[in-house]
Amino acid sequence: MSTVTATSTRPSAAAPKKVTQARVLLSEWTKIRSLRSTVFSLLAAVVFIVGLSILVPSVTVSHWPPRDLREAAGFDPTTRTLSGIFLAQLAIGVLGVLLITGEYATGMIRATFAAVPSRLPVLWAKAAVFATVTLVLMVPTVLGAFLIGQSILKSKHLQANLSDPGVLRAVIGAALFLTVVGLLGIGLGALLRNTAAGISTLFGLLFVLPIIVRFLPSSWSDPINKYLPSNAGEAITRVHTDPAALAPWTGFGLFCAYALVVLVAAAISLRRRDA
Amino acid sequence: MIEALGLTKIYGRKKAVDDLTFTVQPGVVTGFLGPNGAGKSTTMRMILGLDAPTAGTVRVNGKLYREHSAPLHEVGALLEARSIHTGRSAFNHLLALAQTGGISRARVEEVIDLVGLREVARKRAGGFSLGMGQRLGIASALLGDPHTLILDEPVNGLDPDGIRWIRNLLKSLAAEGRTVFVSSHMMSEMAQTAQHLIVIGRGRLIADTSMEEFIASSSHNLVRVRTTDPDNLAAVLRGPDVSVVTAAGDALEVSGLSTDQIGIAAGRAGITLLELSAQKTSLEEAFMELTKDDVEFHGATMTNEGVSPLETAGADR
Repeated sequence: MSTVTATSTRPSAAAPKKVTQARVLLSEWTKIRSLRSTVFSLLAAVVFIVGLSILVPSVTVSHWPPRDLREAAGFDPTTRTLSGIFLAQLAIGVLGVLLITGEYATGMIRATFAAVPSRLPVLWAKAAVFATVTLVLMVPTVLGAFLIGQSILKSKHLQANLSDPGVLRAVIGAALFLTVVGLLGIGLGALLRNTAAGISTLFGLLFVLPIIVRFLPSSWSDPINKYLPSNAGEAITRVHTDPAALAPWTGFGLFCAYALVVLVAAAISLRRRDA
Repeated sequence: MIEALGLTKIYGRKKAVDDLTFTVQPGVVTGFLGPNGAGKSTTMRMILGLDAPTAGTVRVNGKLYREHSAPLHEVGALLEARSIHTGRSAFNHLLALAQTGGISRARVEEVIDLVGLREVARKRAGGFSLGMGQRLGIASALLGDPHTLILDEPVNGLDPDGIRWIRNLLKSLAAEGRTVFVSSHMMSEMAQTAQHLIVIGRGRLIADTSMEEFIASSSHNLVRVRTTDPDNLAAVLRGPDVSVVTAAGDALEVSGLSTDQIGIAAGRAGITLLELSAQKTSLEEAFMELTKDDVEFHGATMTNEGVSPLETAGADR
């Protein structure tokens, strides 16, 4: 390595500029695009969604009509083609957690907070950048997956159209659901500051909580079930609303509220705790 | 300028920093010395607003750190543990930090050249050696061309070339009128870099003084004398503030007199001197003596009786 003898540090940056939310947004955009884990996780999410939009409809078509006629009666071609979102939420949720805990694990967070001492702009910028990136990527992905899946279902005349009632809402809703899963991940990451804790809490909320509730007597579990984060969030992805579930936008609103509560708790903790 | 006033940090029941009051002046390199665990890093984190003081305040350039609207222009910091995401390239790391304060890409390129990381700037920081990581940390400290620099153990992991480079860099930054505050537990390094010293031990201020005074005040400067007639010379030299001790090889160790005074006294008494040399206490020794009661962790030392148990100084953990 060459050794440079510094005689002076001439400022090419002219007058000092203030730290602003817009500048922190730009900084967080640089951070998110310059990590391989971002690219890999988002790529994984796309592959899961598109892959299952081919696999699941193909299997459906080859086994149609089902032996059990009730299965045929409850058939929802939209949900069938978007089953990949359940895998994709793993990739996106983990990425959300890692965006924060990765900085704690490497010590980067100290450089970040030394540059932005008020701290909160960092949290908001991370959330905004990640939500935008996820939404911009996931909307075309779920639309593409839907169209691919429907073209396969067409051979048995099972397809749905985007113009059918509730279908467009369910498809776009899948992208919205994934985006909010990512925000929940960011909030938990900022609150818990530890990758393992963040990921296990996120999956505990999304996957384990429903299982535990299922073991409760039905007089308890029935009223609770629809308010669970995963069930509330998934309501928007279903064309036909389950009578036991919340209405699509109500459920999604509740899911957003859960994410917001975690983000606000994370914001309070960021301001109060030592970095 | 850094002004700490009654700065205190308590973790649980442990006082990491205990009522520190000091001022770091611009224009000179100020060394921040103390044994490991003395509270140097905690103090530096409090200066940067990363840790909140339990009591007291610390101001940088007249304000609390978080009150600065353009902090990177006020304070550049190199923190002890590497504060770099291992998955990101050096360039993108610096760019992301620069963007928070509207600092240009040109300046990012400039600091990369300044620290000599040009060839590896696009490589992932996770693959950097300790020395390269330190250089990247220094690059991020210099990004905003700050008035004040805070560097925690900057020479850690650097090769001799790199150490010389840091030393010159720090001196030139101070010569430009900046405040340069550098922590180290290596006294020999400080002796060659710092003009002023702040010494702490177990969180408390031990000394806040110039380098020369520090060495002078905490040392008993000895003069080593060899002569053909040690008994007579000792008798001639002894006085109220003078002690003469016989050392190995017929030498005398005199404290309380300068080499000149001893030479003149010997000449008057007609005693032949074979050797007359001042034994300057090194900064290392001065530091050891000053902090011997404040070191948190003592290694076991071999004595005639065997291995002595750990001293009780750090036993309260």
